[in-house]
Amino acid sequence: MNNILKKFIPQILAILFVILIFGFLTMNAQTNMDNRGIDFGFGFLSQESSFDVQFSLIEYSGSDSYARAFLVGLLNTLLVSFISIIICTILGVIIGVARLSSNYLIKNAAAWYVEFFRNIPLLLQIFFWYYAALRALPLPEKANAWFGVTYMTVKGYYIPAMVWENLNVFLYCGLAAIIAIIVLKNYANNLRDTQGKQIPVFIYSIGLLIVLPLLSFLFGGVSLGFELPELKKLSKISYIYEGGISLPPELIALVLALSLYTSTFVAECVRAGIEGVSKGQKEAAASVGLTPNQVLKLVIMPQALRIIIPPTTNQYLNLTKNSSLAAAIAYPDLVLVFAGTALMQTGKAIEIVSITMLTYLTISLTIAAVMNWYNKKIEIKEK
Amino acid sequence: MFKIIKQLTSLVAMFAVLFAFSTETMAAKKSKTLENTKKRGFVRCGVSQGLPGFSNADESGNWTGIDVDVCRAVAAATLGDATKVKFTPLSAKERFTALTSGEIDILSRNTTWTLSRDADIGLTFVGVNFYDGQGFMVRKGSGIASTSEFKNGTSVCTNLGTTTELNMRDFFDSRGISYEPVVFEKADEVVAAYDAGRCDTYTTDKSGLAAQRTKLSAPNDHVVLPETISKEPLGPVVRQGDSVWEDIVRWSLNTMIEAEEYGVNSSNADMMKTSNNPAIKRLVGAEGELGAAFGLDNDWNLRIIKQVGNYGESYKRNIADTGILPDRGPNELWTKGGILYVPPAR
Repeated sequence: MNNILKKFIPQILAILFVILIFGFLTMNAQTNMDNRGIDFGFGFLSQESSFDVQFSLIEYSGSDSYARAFLVGLLNTLLVSFISIIICTILGVIIGVARLSSNYLIKNAAAWYVEFFRNIPLLLQIFFWYYAALRALPLPEKANAWFGVTYMTVKGYYIPAMVWENLNVFLYCGLAAIIAIIVLKNYANNLRDTQGKQIPVFIYSIGLLIVLPLLSFLFGGVSLGFELPELKKLSKISYIYEGGISLPPELIALVLALSLYTSTFVAECVRAGIEGVSKGQKEAAASVGLTPNQVLKLVIMPQALRIIIPPTTNQYLNLTKNSSLAAAIAYPDLVLVFAGTALMQTGKAIEIVSITMLTYLTISLTIAAVMNWYNKKIEIKEK
Repeated sequence: MFKIIKQLTSLVAMFAVLFAFSTETMAAKKSKTLENTKKRGFVRCGVSQGLPGFSNADESGNWTGIDVDVCRAVAAATLGDATKVKFTPLSAKERFTALTSGEIDILSRNTTWTLSRDADIGLTFVGVNFYDGQGFMVRKGSGIASTSEFKNGTSVCTNLGTTTELNMRDFFDSRGISYEPVVFEKADEVVAAYDAGRCDTYTTDKSGLAAQRTKLSAPNDHVVLPETISKEPLGPVVRQGDSVWEDIVRWSLNTMIEAEEYGVNSSNADMMKTSNNPAIKRLVGAEGELGAAFGLDNDWNLRIIKQVGNYGESYKRNIADTGILPDRGPNELWTKGGILYVPPAR
């Protein structure tokens, strides 16, 4: 009896304590807000926002609701995080492998890159790219064309927009190619397991991915045109490009800073992963007659990934949360649009800050869940 | 078991303390803010992060400006010394939270008086110390002479969390012009972005444009367009719920304006004690018991005039002599064709 009591009472007390704290905080906030005549409620979300946003992935204007403004900010946060995660992963893998190169120059260049970018505070890097690097770009009318059709200017990067006809047919073909690849892969695995025959699945897959969508151009009535950005005069001395897609400099600076900074951490994870696989594994694999490519693909990488994935997940989460520094350079992310302008216009500090916190929590937990699923998948399966 | 009881009692004690704290802040018949200010020995004042003429700090950290003078007037009235003010620079985004959370007691930061701010978020505006309106600044070379010449695709730099963002949308929307708002948190960042050519125009209150123009690399290459697209009455703000403190701040500002109206200034205030005009005698504390209404002594208004000066002196020192807006425009007394008009101090 006494033992059970000793075991449970502290836990029950701890839970009660947490509930009391939350209860007290809520009550305290309630009384203080009542005293100061501040209402609490989420009704404002359906009210007209009456402010505009620089850059949005969905249709949005000032006559839309605060809820839609929230969505605009959220999508912008997801956009910048998504692009940066992809770039930082590619860069990170390249740099991480380069650090293990036997070439003196490559090895040291990679080491310098890592030490340089990870040891400067991220906010400073964002400021550098935005205020120093991008500000040095030419005005629209003085910009030279890159690749003939794109223009890098102080007002943003202007690229041609794709104008599709029958885009859905094209997408269906792409989908069909992916399904075909999965079927092929299963068939190849089956063949290998039962008859010991190998098919070059990778080359076939690439072929499928290219050929099927191409066929849609020939037979499906799909066509792709380009809308080019054209210089337009706003006043005697100011110009802008019209048509095409404009990537605001704020987005570019943020993606550059986030992906260069985070790629150094990913590179270290990759290096740790590869170094974590003992040399004996490689030698043993070579001695049974596997080619160097097979050694990497079948022996080293599966083991290295297990070491790489968990810390890399942390870096993805950091990157997503760091993207909130966007507010410093006017990129309209969740913090700037919702926890900034919307908060100021409504004065609903507690509501908006809690929504924003919950949103970041949800994004982070989703990324963690996906990465954990992937980690489970590549784990050692004990038979 | 004994240990658990001990933990429990300390827990209860802790909560007792916390709750006691929260109930204490509820009672506010007398001015809690005034009491705390006297105990602390300085007035806590929220100002801008640097807007010449309104609130700006020099290299040695001395704050000047007409917004700063409102806080100094309150310090002179309540503590007897206009220098006893602690200034907290705030971004537009932080300002209201700083006030409602009790970090500061007066927000004097070129803040526009609007219905929703006054009624909705626990703030009270006590008056207007500058009548302003929103305008646009463009490069002289652009040849733009009026806001009607803006074209689709114009990029506009401005500040986050201000009425400017809303007015700008009303303005461009009603004219059917598509524009690109580039919104920064700090005024200095807006200036830097506009200066670098990121934006075609910079919009904020006209006084702000005039002040920020001085920070550009070539101020003379820029011009403020004549149109005013909004009403922006700027004034000091206090927390809701302490009406005595609200009155002290309101009448400190009113005293400065009324002093100008009656020709009382920092150099002649003492002599005015023997004036024949009872209104002037009330203004310098030589007649009546006006201070008692706030729990202050009778020299509160004399100290404001002597230490800070009247509104005209403050305007001249901070805005006219610094070349920001030499012409007082609507911020002239009602007796001289402006709209500055305050209720009588009696």
